[in-house]
Amino acid sequence: MKLTEDQINRYSRHILLKEVGGKGQKKLLEGKVLIIGAGGLGSPIALYLAAAGVGTIGIADADDVDVTNLQRQVIHFTPDVGKPKVISAKEKMQAINPDVEVRTYQEWVSAANIADMIADYDFVIDGTDNFAAKFLINDACVLGGKPYSHGGILQFDGQTMTVAPGQSPCYRCIFPEPPPKDAIPSCSQAGVIGVLPGVLGTIQATEAIKYLLGQGDLLTGRLLTYSALRMRFREIPFRKNPKCPICGEHPTITTLKDELDAMTVCDLGH
Amino acid sequence: MQITVNGETVTTEPVTVLAYLESIGIDPRRVAVELNRDILPKAEYPATLLAEGDQIEIVQFVGGG
Repeated sequence: MKLTEDQINRYSRHILLKEVGGKGQKKLLEGKVLIIGAGGLGSPIALYLAAAGVGTIGIADADDVDVTNLQRQVIHFTPDVGKPKVISAKEKMQAINPDVEVRTYQEWVSAANIADMIADYDFVIDGTDNFAAKFLINDACVLGGKPYSHGGILQFDGQTMTVAPGQSPCYRCIFPEPPPKDAIPSCSQAGVIGVLPGVLGTIQATEAIKYLLGQGDLLTGRLLTYSALRMRFREIPFRKNPKCPICGEHPTITTLKDELDAMTVCDLGH
Repeated sequence: MQITVNGETVTTEPVTVLAYLESIGIDPRRVAVELNRDILPKAEYPATLLAEGDQIEIVQFVGGG
């Protein structure tokens, strides 16, 4: 594949970077990233990956745009209310960059569909709003050997980490099991400041881009936490947990299953 | 005695991890605890005593997106 003149022009500010260059931009154009969740986190992730020229972007979400989403889900506009989120997102991504192939999955991830969904991608990003999906994505990526970025937001706080299966700790190394149902308030109960997913989602998109480029250090072996109220980032170093139920020494999870007790939906639309 | 909690030095009695969490108003179901860089299994919170110089990280579950 050779960059066209239009592409050299469009991506010139990337190509100027020694860590990217024409070679790196080609890697991005040949790269495939799956974004699960087209909400708060998914919005900046999808916009930035499309703008960056990531050649194939999958986006999965079964929901429709609700007026309560618009305070933070910046890929969806007021006239999109009622439209499937993946369609609304695809329209904006292609308007930013017609170079990009956008594949839409208008469904929730489940133990039945996730392994097939992630198989064709280089990197997966968790932008979901519930623990059932977050644990399922971790399990599918660990079992499938697929690198992924975890992200979570609530009120003024966010956290993110990158998992390189087999090499770095996974989400279950820190949190072996989902919290009991109703132990954690959802966004619809507790609220979320609109700018928060912009900060966390942009970090997650950065990880995908660095992974495709093969440049820099990924956010592995450490959980990055962000408090918008205190305007503080903290990094918590983690080791692989030998007792981890999926990537430890004696794994108890060897096949995918849905965490039915963790189905707390965190969407202001509900 | 002094321990480090989420990067900040605090003074506490030598209590268990569970008692410490409760003393600062944290529901143990809502967090993971890393003690001196290793994740502490939840079942060990009631029997694990904090000691001078311990470093603990209390990490909240954050599930929104």
